[in-house]
Amino acid sequence: MKTPNLLKSIFFGIPVGITIVDSFGYVARVDGISMQPALNPDKDQTDYVFLNRWAIKSYEIKRGDIISLVSPKDSSQKIIKRVVGVEGDLIATLGYKKEIVRVPEGHCWIEGDHTGHSMDSNNFGPVSVGLVTAKASCIVWPPSRWQFIQSFLPDSRMPLNLVSNSIIGIIQF
Amino acid sequence: MRKFILSTIGSVGYIIKYGCVAHCTFEYVGDFVMCSGPSMEPTIYSDDILLTEHVSALSQRVSRGDIIIAKCPTNPKQQICKRVVGLPGDKIRVGFADSHVVPIGHVWLQGDNISNSTDSRMYGPVPQGLIRSRALCRVWPLKSFSLLTN
Repeated sequence: MKTPNLLKSIFFGIPVGITIVDSFGYVARVDGISMQPALNPDKDQTDYVFLNRWAIKSYEIKRGDIISLVSPKDSSQKIIKRVVGVEGDLIATLGYKKEIVRVPEGHCWIEGDHTGHSMDSNNFGPVSVGLVTAKASCIVWPPSRWQFIQSFLPDSRMPLNLVSNSIIGIIQF
Repeated sequence: MRKFILSTIGSVGYIIKYGCVAHCTFEYVGDFVMCSGPSMEPTIYSDDILLTEHVSALSQRVSRGDIIIAKCPTNPKQQICKRVVGLPGDKIRVGFADSHVVPIGHVWLQGDNISNSTDSRMYGPVPQGLIRSRALCRVWPLKSFSLLTN
């Protein structure tokens, strides 16, 4: 009897598929310009990235990673940003209500690469690491943009506690 | 020998299939949670087991007065069990003069045991994205089975 077998395959296939997506990851389209030039550098081409859920199993995110997370302003939306600060870091903010922020325990400071065109921690403050859903490992489409996404933090956004001459910078405030 | 290998593969296949069904049920439908700590007394005591459902948390239909399980804002590997006291837009009075307005996308959580609970009064409003499930009833200890929702 072929039909019951087919039904059984579908019945089991869906949970298996969902479990694989939840455990390993999935491909997602990147919308918006907040991560230019790293993602979506051309306005007529959208990048598709592989969002790796295995990599954040123990919530070990590092500075410079590009991560996807649930938006703190709207829990039905996911946003993709770069981690600029982890817990304990001192961040010099760009347009936030406080000029210097210490990232609280269990939180991180995220920013879009395209400063000024990004709804990020400079808008809503540090975000809880529990909201992080995946790490963007590589760009899978278009083929001309195939690459592993490198963990990279520009010097201008380095947390103040990591910059050796930051003491001089703080005195100048 | 060949039979043994085939039957082992068959058993592994069963385990994987039913394991995935279990994962999906516990992530998206409902599961049992054992609570520890005094912060929800006298409603919930330490070592009580609750039946919780994930559907309302995933569709953001959490209401004031619900008891929810959420990821701890200060430690993503831990979970907290608190009551939703404020929804976005609500004004919460803390102490005599202080009041907070709950921002959009967040909720204000408080433990029923006011004097012995670390909750939104300490770590502020909690983003709705951290909420995992809503408690329906206590199932253990059996003699104190009770509904926890309205």
